Amino acid sequence: MPASTQRLLKVSVSPHVRSRESVERIMWTVVACLVPPLILSVFIFGIQTLIITAVSVISCVTVEALSQKALGRRITIHDGSAVITGILIAFVIPPGVSYLMPVLGAVMAIYIGKHLLGGIGFNIFNPALLARAFLLATFPVAMTSAWLPPLKDMAIFSYLATPIDAVVTATPLAVLKTQGLAAFTEHFGAIPNLYTTFFLGWRPGCIGETSGLLIVLGGLYLLYRGYITWHIPVSVLTTIALGTWCFGGETLFSGDPLLAILSGGALLGAFFMANDYVTCPVNRTAQLVYGVGIGLFTVLIRLKGGYPEGICYAILLMNPVSSVLDSWFKPKRFAPPLGGGQ
Amino acid sequence: MTSLLTFPKGGVHPPAAKGLTSHLAIETMPVPDELEIILGQHIGAPCTPTVNAKDEVKEGDVIGEVTKGLGVPLHAPIAGTIKGMGQSAHPMRVTAPSIILQTNKEISAPRYTPKDWHSQTKDELLKRIHGAGIIGIGGAGFPAHVKLNPPKDNPVDTLILNGAECEPYITADHRQMLEQSHEIVEGAKIILKTLGITNCHIGIEDNKPDAIAAMTAAAGSTPDARITVTPLQVKYPQGSEKQLIQSITGRKVPAGALPSAVGVVVHNVSTTKAIYDAVALGKPLYEKVLTISGQAINRPANLRVKVGTKVKDIVEYLGGVKPSLAKIVMGGPMMGFAVSTLDLPVTKTTSSVLFLTEEEIDTRPHSQCIRCGWCLEACPMGIEAKEIAIHVEAGRPQDTAQFGVFDCFECGCCSYVCPAKRPLVQFIRLAKMKAKR
Repeated sequence: MPASTQRLLKVSVSPHVRSRESVERIMWTVVACLVPPLILSVFIFGIQTLIITAVSVISCVTVEALSQKALGRRITIHDGSAVITGILIAFVIPPGVSYLMPVLGAVMAIYIGKHLLGGIGFNIFNPALLARAFLLATFPVAMTSAWLPPLKDMAIFSYLATPIDAVVTATPLAVLKTQGLAAFTEHFGAIPNLYTTFFLGWRPGCIGETSGLLIVLGGLYLLYRGYITWHIPVSVLTTIALGTWCFGGETLFSGDPLLAILSGGALLGAFFMANDYVTCPVNRTAQLVYGVGIGLFTVLIRLKGGYPEGICYAILLMNPVSSVLDSWFKPKRFAPPLGGGQ
Repeated sequence: MTSLLTFPKGGVHPPAAKGLTSHLAIETMPVPDELEIILGQHIGAPCTPTVNAKDEVKEGDVIGEVTKGLGVPLHAPIAGTIKGMGQSAHPMRVTAPSIILQTNKEISAPRYTPKDWHSQTKDELLKRIHGAGIIGIGGAGFPAHVKLNPPKDNPVDTLILNGAECEPYITADHRQMLEQSHEIVEGAKIILKTLGITNCHIGIEDNKPDAIAAMTAAAGSTPDARITVTPLQVKYPQGSEKQLIQSITGRKVPAGALPSAVGVVVHNVSTTKAIYDAVALGKPLYEKVLTISGQAINRPANLRVKVGTKVKDIVEYLGGVKPSLAKIVMGGPMMGFAVSTLDLPVTKTTSSVLFLTEEEIDTRPHSQCIRCGWCLEACPMGIEAKEIAIHVEAGRPQDTAQFGVFDCFECGCCSYVCPAKRPLVQFIRLAKMKAKR
């Protein structure tokens, strides 16, 4: 090369071309998929869901930056993973909680649940669910009495002016668990209508879990992009549906499988929590077993446990099993060496 | 959906970049003033020089010989004077001993005319192939005569010619299949005779329809040579020996075994052409068809060059590089080696030199594994690249055999797909090195 054009060449290991996908791209796509349910939640529960989510996201990103600074690591808040955790923490808490809750949740999720364990990729538990479990255990009253009934007439600012105590309600699963099906239908309407209103999201529940439609659409988009596969969502939901159908009614095989999927956080859990890359198994067969495990624990907790909802603890219970499942179900090797060996 | 043959598991689809050169006919580059002929061009023992400084050599004269161990002789690519022994830059070994030849363009090249080879015995054919210095020029550099003499306890029934050429950018085999289809088919018949079999498949990726047509037209079948062209799905690494055998025959070569274990011998199409040259023309292997490509070379080309031609001379012949040049790669973008100098000589196994711009490469720093599992999906061998990488990072490379580290042929699919940009292949190379000790 002539001296005038001499510059430094890059020398690095093969392959020299790489796919355009990146951690950032995956994470920000997931964020984008979570935005529609968030916007809808404003119309269902009011503007404070947006404020809670903003507080949660800002806390998570701040805690991530501070943790990385404190631990001497590269600051990676641009990768979007803390933003996802922030949105998901907001999505799994009631819409009427105080703004302190997401801040505490962020510290638990990001500092303790993620960075003290080694940072992205090394956390054993889903950070958002860890935050929820922590908040539910430490602030049980605040976390179970801040449910709001869906708004009427699009008055999205209405709850801001009213004291929350004046409007609290119970979630469908709580009513079903404590008062039975008769009270449930009296409270939320007859079954056929229920499917539609629940699917669209017009029911009490956590901020981001109510709109089945938008959650499923977001999940389908992630499937289309190849960021997730069907294995975990399908196995989780099928198991919840079958388990509820078998044991969820007055007699065997009389439970309502569709209602089980549409109420609580089943869809959000199946599409956005259970298949979190870091905490789920990587092998496809292992993922199916993992999903069935989550489904079984969900049904067990919902029907026999102390909480009306089970998927949060079901996922947290299965998270540490991931690596065991991965070591049980190894990828099939091309061809073993002749005469055994290795 | 296509019904074309392929291997069932793994593989990736890097963006096509063959259009830069696939339409360009092979041109012969004028011989430069000086050649550097590296002594170790093949797997096995490197050659010992049989010439001394100031010796005059003619084109095709033997200038290096392997006396002990596996190897083939080395020939003078052109007439000239031996300037001496030197150390040449080498893409993998940093430097390698070489013979420096001052070329003499006054002496005209010998004329090679095709002779009938059918009367020759198997041993005579093998001797000629060995004597002509033929090695696998698809990349591995395995001496051809050894492959053509498989162990007796593994009867071979199928010859596969590898015309897949799955690496992006490279079109050298493509152009040879198009322009020299008859020579390749004749070479296939020579190989079939040495193996004593009649069945040959030529596997070509479906993105080279003209090459498929040309080879099909040339592949006239006779009782002693049934040659079939088999179009294959475009999927990297279709040209990997084990994947190619699986795509075409459905057989799986066991780990650590040679293709002959499942009754197959694989040769690259350009090696087959070289075998034809060696046997029918009596011409040793000292020329190479290369693809010179990438957005940063002024004139991309498919070039026939003498072994020992320096990249510097090729760049000069093609009008230099563009200011946007960011990386030079010897070989394909998936498995080739980045180099830092233009003083490298071409060897028998060089298939391309790429001049890549910043837009074509990706040198983003890597981050921690997010356990997405894409590397497992992409690996055609079922290797757990992420586990190997994590163990190497943790300083435990010796524990990686359980994850299949020795099955890896370093195709790079895992690194290609990794969203965290982790250099998984490099971790595997390190694991192999450390685990062997």
